[in-house]
Amino acid sequence: MTARVGVVTFPGSLDDGDAARAVRIAGAEPVRLWHGDPELHGVDAVVLPGGFSYGDYLRCGAIARFAPVMETLVDAARGGLPVLGICNGFQILCEAHLLPGALTRNQHLHFRNRDQVLRIESVGTAWTNTFQPGQEILIPVKNGEGCYVADTATLDALEAEGRIVARYVGGNPNGSQRDIAAITNAAGNVVGIMPHPEHAVEALTGPSLDGLGFFTSVLKHLVGTPA
Amino acid sequence: MTTHQDPAVRAAAGVAPAEPHAAVAPPADAGRHSGPTPATDWADGVDTVQRAAGTGDELQPYAELGLRDDEYDRIRHILGRRPTQAELAMYSIMWSEHCSYKSSKVHLRQFGEKAPPSDRLLAGIGENAGVVRVSDTLAVTFKVESHNHPSFVEPYQGAATGVGGIVRDILAMGARPVAVMDPLRFGAADHPDTARVLPGVVAGVGGYGNCLGLPNIGGELVFDPCYQGNPLLNALCLGVLPVDRLQKKDAAGPGNVVVLLGAKTGRDGIGGVSVLASATFDEGSEQRRPSVQVGDPFIEKLLIEACLELYDAELVVGIQDLGGAGLTCALTETAASAGTGMRVWLERVPLREPSMEPHEILASESQERMLLVVTPDKLEAVLKTAEKWGVLATAIGEVTPPAPDGRPGRLLVTWNDHVVVDVPPGSLVDDGPVYARPMREPADLILLQADRAETLPRPSNPDALRETLLRMIASPNLADKTWVTEQYDRYVLGNTVLAQPEDSGVIRIDESTGLGVALSVDGNGRYARLDPYQGTKLALAEAYRNVAVTGAKPIAVTNCLNFGSPEDPGVMWQFAEAVRGLADGCLELGIPVTGGNVSFYNQTGAAAIHPTPVVGVLGVLDNVADRVPMGFVPRANGDHDQVYLLGDTHVELSGSEWAWVTHEHLGGMPPQVDLGRERQLAELMAEAARVGHLSSAHDLSDGGLAQSLVESSLRRGVGVRIGVPERFADGSLPFVFLFSESAGRALVTVPRGHEKAFTALCDERGVPWEQIGVTDPAGGALDVHGQFRIGLDELRAAYTATLPRLFGGPEAAQVQVEAVRTGTTTIAPATATQPVDVPQRQQPADADDPAAEAVAAPTTGAPVSGGPTSTGPVPDDPEARASASDDSAGSTPAPDAPAATAPTSDAPAGPADVPATGPAPQADAATSDTGEGDGQRPTPDQR
Repeated sequence: MTARVGVVTFPGSLDDGDAARAVRIAGAEPVRLWHGDPELHGVDAVVLPGGFSYGDYLRCGAIARFAPVMETLVDAARGGLPVLGICNGFQILCEAHLLPGALTRNQHLHFRNRDQVLRIESVGTAWTNTFQPGQEILIPVKNGEGCYVADTATLDALEAEGRIVARYVGGNPNGSQRDIAAITNAAGNVVGIMPHPEHAVEALTGPSLDGLGFFTSVLKHLVGTPA
Repeated sequence: MTTHQDPAVRAAAGVAPAEPHAAVAPPADAGRHSGPTPATDWADGVDTVQRAAGTGDELQPYAELGLRDDEYDRIRHILGRRPTQAELAMYSIMWSEHCSYKSSKVHLRQFGEKAPPSDRLLAGIGENAGVVRVSDTLAVTFKVESHNHPSFVEPYQGAATGVGGIVRDILAMGARPVAVMDPLRFGAADHPDTARVLPGVVAGVGGYGNCLGLPNIGGELVFDPCYQGNPLLNALCLGVLPVDRLQKKDAAGPGNVVVLLGAKTGRDGIGGVSVLASATFDEGSEQRRPSVQVGDPFIEKLLIEACLELYDAELVVGIQDLGGAGLTCALTETAASAGTGMRVWLERVPLREPSMEPHEILASESQERMLLVVTPDKLEAVLKTAEKWGVLATAIGEVTPPAPDGRPGRLLVTWNDHVVVDVPPGSLVDDGPVYARPMREPADLILLQADRAETLPRPSNPDALRETLLRMIASPNLADKTWVTEQYDRYVLGNTVLAQPEDSGVIRIDESTGLGVALSVDGNGRYARLDPYQGTKLALAEAYRNVAVTGAKPIAVTNCLNFGSPEDPGVMWQFAEAVRGLADGCLELGIPVTGGNVSFYNQTGAAAIHPTPVVGVLGVLDNVADRVPMGFVPRANGDHDQVYLLGDTHVELSGSEWAWVTHEHLGGMPPQVDLGRERQLAELMAEAARVGHLSSAHDLSDGGLAQSLVESSLRRGVGVRIGVPERFADGSLPFVFLFSESAGRALVTVPRGHEKAFTALCDERGVPWEQIGVTDPAGGALDVHGQFRIGLDELRAAYTATLPRLFGGPEAAQVQVEAVRTGTTTIAPATATQPVDVPQRQQPADADDPAAEAVAAPTTGAPVSGGPTSTGPVPDDPEARASASDDSAGSTPAPDAPAATAPTSDAPAGPADVPATGPAPQADAATSDTGEGDGQRPTPDQR
């Protein structure tokens, strides 16, 4: 049976098509979910894609967290549904309190798009279990508000619990505290990542194929998860 | 946002009762005023048609709105009365230079007249954008437009709405926008005002395009003092559509409903085209800020999705975007295009500011709006789709039939039951004034052309060459543009195969077949200043070549013509020459102009910008996997590729980047352009790419061979070793070899085993080739045999530091990470805490390296005995010029150009190191630099 991975489209979502393509290339069936529809249509995992949901007005992700689909999704995520928030999706996960901390304006105040080296710090999540610990990968980063911030206690807890999933290597593109590029919740099923694995799944269009690992990981995770 | 449904529109037959309105204006009292009265004094209501008919001699501010006396008289003649305030506003913007092309029309006709036949063109000039078929089922549409004046007044919003406007043009054709490009030009890089304008413009382009989810795949960044008071923001958008989804702008079908879709209408942008785009700047420019529109890319994103869904459900009869001239333009163009009339209830237009008056609503350039024409039975479905996407949709009017006698219908606009507009739509769209403005070759041109850069002192020893190269690649026009381009999303949509700094952007448009398109935009104001005809052909040639070196087949052209004031005969002459050059060039290359844009009045006081035609060329790649990138390819185990230079190198330094950077010199004649040769090169590249002969290819243009070598090396951190061909060995000729800007050339690398087949193909296609060296993946340096060797780290440091130093902190100084990935360099991206490594010299290469031999003895192919063919600039045609100088505008004909006396004695003497004899056939143009025996190029006297 092919895993069904939902990709939510909010008004202003931009990388939803890319996320769906990545899901497909990884061997799963992408299912498009609509922000106004609370139904998750029985998907096995969900990707919250990048973009500017609701114009990112007020604060990035602040309006999207109130979308009907999010009400269902937050409960499902607490119940163990694998959820990957990419860029704007990461911001939404923080706003929805599925992940701690917040993403703020890049310290240099510019939008920045570059190919970025990350080091995978935790392979115990639903979205990173096919990587090697400490593996360095190259995927695009592109954001204006990707500077991860949290209070010291939270950061220390993330470090202590092994919940920092990936860090920037060779230069921090946005000023994130402790070079944090991705984090996970305590259960490891919800991951927020600022760079864009879905843009590194084809040799023709990406800087590498390293992004594919996130999507194959969730398939491996689903196979191992008792139904 | 909610969808505003107005069922009342269906009840409307003639003048329907309007919604109750709290502030219904009392009927205008036509007889109240007697004698000339300022027309702005309507204390008690709007200026109606009825009132206008009764107050014929009322003074109207037409001159302030940019209309001339005779234009105003013509409006009165068309209407048979004075225009109302709203009508006057409409005519003033529709007859402005920006909307009516009144100064350019007589010249632009050539694009149609000289267009080569093309069975690909589905929509051409006159539409919102040209549409070109690229397969049986798919078409692409692309267009470049200017938003120059707004971007100077308010850089962020001016640039943002420039992107937004061109995207809506593409959307209106039925296409999904899939990429943008941004040719940008600013004043001197170190001028304080550039530091104000550039960051705002870049942030605006990025802010809007990123938020729309459109990858930015290329553009230009040029600095020149001539743009100091008139920066140029040109924006290009590419769209893709199924051929059967092509949309029309016709308001066809009387009884059909006119729907306004998108943002509310506000006071922003009022008078944008007439005030900003059609007049030169003066001291009061900063007070025009309210004329600049304010963009909201989120609404535009929703508008795109809503429109595409409407197209796919076949709910739309006609569609037009609202851009310059807003509702006025959309209403009149859609009606005029169909020959129908239209009845519009203006008070139904959703307003941001309820106090807006009819003329303001009609003139507003509020962004993110589209006008739809839909059949009544589909109205509800249209409103429902809009609601799904959270976009406001309002039925504001109805299409009315033509007159019984067959004449086109009229546009009737009411404001709370009062008729404020009653005009023939075609009179605004098609019957605007057309001027054949006087033209005269600028008086200084002949002296400028005589002052040739080929006579300037040149570096003539290895140390000087090395220093020149490092200085050149660090100069603002040649330096790394990452500081700008990393503010743009190039990945979104997942189809970007190549993006800046590659020669072209390449977008995959069909995932199943790999079908894709390549796009490049280029212009060179200095070349065009020296010779607008040749300069425009050179811009075309460069864009064409940039597309060709990726392996794509060029098929269509768009253009944005940025010039000074058309009221200056010198500027008008430059414009006419540029248009003639582009039309002739497209005919020679066999590819049509599909659309474009003219921007005049890029002038402050008497100082116009260099004539700056920006040309975009689109090409097709049957399979994007065949595309050829610009970077040298890393090879393992000491393997390397052969490096070939294609085309002929002449001594062509006039107008060059070197002359400007080193001597602040602009003079002489631009490089020759041979479009036949460009075409041969393009065919060669397409074939070589298809069969896999090429591992990299890079166009040669600004900065010459040296620049291309540096860019191709740094792209993936692969060194290169080249030899200077023997005929370029002496004196300053190595410099010429490295820095001449001769056209029609490309730098390519060929993998081992393909050399014979590739050079045979070159010979077959008639493209001169020369093996000049080898890539040197292990060497980590640019090595010019017998001249100098510069480590890639040193090159990179010089190349990447300039823009961050000028516009941003050290944190912006980053290097291409690709080099890190490929393991070809140890340098890491620089950050504030981790600056770029100090450059280090590399060890000389081993003498027994197989590559060394190849470097030391370049081989030459292709017959070269004839040297360059003489394809000098086409002489001016005084007759054509005179006939085009119709002096209906009341000006005196252009006097003859001053007697052509070549002031050769004024030119500095040639440097002593220039050899007195031409060492080899291909270099024989070099002899001309001694100031004599120039058989290749027209001397100033010939002009």
